[in-house]
Amino acid sequence: MKKETLILVVIFFASFSVTAQDDLLSTLENDVADERTTFAEATFKGSRIINGHSIITRKKKSMEFLISHRFGKVNSGAYNFFGLDNANVRFALEYGLTDRLTMGIGRNSFEKTYDAFGKFGFLRQQSGALNIPVSITWLSSIAMKTIKPPDEPQVVKTPFSEAVYSHVLLISRKFSPALSLQVMPALIHRNQVVAGNENDQFAIGAGGRVKLSKRVSLNAEYYHQLNPSANNTTENSIAIGVDIETGGHVFQLHLTNSQSMIEKGFITETEGNFFKGDIHFGFNITRVFN
Amino acid sequence: MKNIIFLLLTIFSIQGIAQERYISKNGHIQFFSEAPLENIEANNHNVASILDLSKNEVAISLFIKDFKFDRSLMEEHFNENYLESDKFPKAVFAGTIKAKEVFELSKDGSYPVTIDGKLTLHGVAKEIHTTGTIDVIKNQLIAKTKFKISIKDYNIEVPTLVIKNIAEVVDVTVELPFTIQNN
Repeated sequence: MKKETLILVVIFFASFSVTAQDDLLSTLENDVADERTTFAEATFKGSRIINGHSIITRKKKSMEFLISHRFGKVNSGAYNFFGLDNANVRFALEYGLTDRLTMGIGRNSFEKTYDAFGKFGFLRQQSGALNIPVSITWLSSIAMKTIKPPDEPQVVKTPFSEAVYSHVLLISRKFSPALSLQVMPALIHRNQVVAGNENDQFAIGAGGRVKLSKRVSLNAEYYHQLNPSANNTTENSIAIGVDIETGGHVFQLHLTNSQSMIEKGFITETEGNFFKGDIHFGFNITRVFN
Repeated sequence: MKNIIFLLLTIFSIQGIAQERYISKNGHIQFFSEAPLENIEANNHNVASILDLSKNEVAISLFIKDFKFDRSLMEEHFNENYLESDKFPKAVFAGTIKAKEVFELSKDGSYPVTIDGKLTLHGVAKEIHTTGTIDVIKNQLIAKTKFKISIKDYNIEVPTLVIKNIAEVVDVTVELPFTIQNN
């Protein structure tokens, strides 16, 4: 009897002290501590790591204007001002139809090539209710060179015989705010090839960025060709660079052995040997408009 | 018998809390930055808050990522470069409310209040002293306040290049609707 009363009193005061101690904020935090889905945002600063695309798609109704330059080879000597006399330029406009779907068009001075692409982010890295470790974006592009060959070869041409299609699967993971890595299996398909060459060429790429500060990151990118064309020897594309972000602009400065700025070019037509000094200085400047 | 008394006591004590505490999960907080080159506005409509009229206390909690901007890139920069929402996902406020009059919840009215408390933003806690109102409208209590915060106080750095785009002092507008439960 006495014991029971004691327990009752203790329990009563215990419950009292609990309500007196808990502060309002922790009550609130406990009350709203539902599992939230957090998406990995800004895995990369730009829509390109260096030459190739990153998983980033433009947000709905935003337009990106992209100017890219690749100069001549650094080892071409002082006479060519270390390559700066010889510039290739690509202008492009990219538009976000939805947050996940971006369409773009571009024009390269290199071989007077026009290109168009579509990019769809179908998986987003997220944690919370659903845990998805990677983001995946599909990229498909078509490129056609319009340069007139010096001597017309004796082959039958159709309107799309010069078309080259590139399909790349971009798979990335933002490991931390500072580190993001990406792998990209790629398929390049040419409608018309010289006898002995393959229509389909496969490659696998890897790239990433390490943030040096809030607005500067160090980037690197490499594409390995799995069945390079046997007729003319090509190199694998290597690039290193920095991203500098200032408000609505992203400046990307880089060194690469590729002169082309589109998939079919840098993946399968890179000629320079990076380690023998066949390096092109280049930059991408992007401006986003809403 | 003892058990019944105990049960009754517990129920009473719980009810005593429930009647004086109001919880809202759809409060609205706005940031407004007025700078020479542009005005920037961000709105968060998922603000969670709790109002305790027995102790005259208020607590507010929100996720930085819930602030929405007109321009998606600004929202990205806000999270990535300024508020660092990966590192500091939440902003919280805890404080006390002082009113001169006693709240009468049975009829409509407006009560001016002073609010003193601590705002934790970007990992930095600072005292906030401001005034506001608590309006009783039908079966709602609406708490409103407006105050200014200096972004330097919260260790938020603005690079010199965009110094004309972002104000040093930002207006914060708070509106928290609480539903009064009729028993």
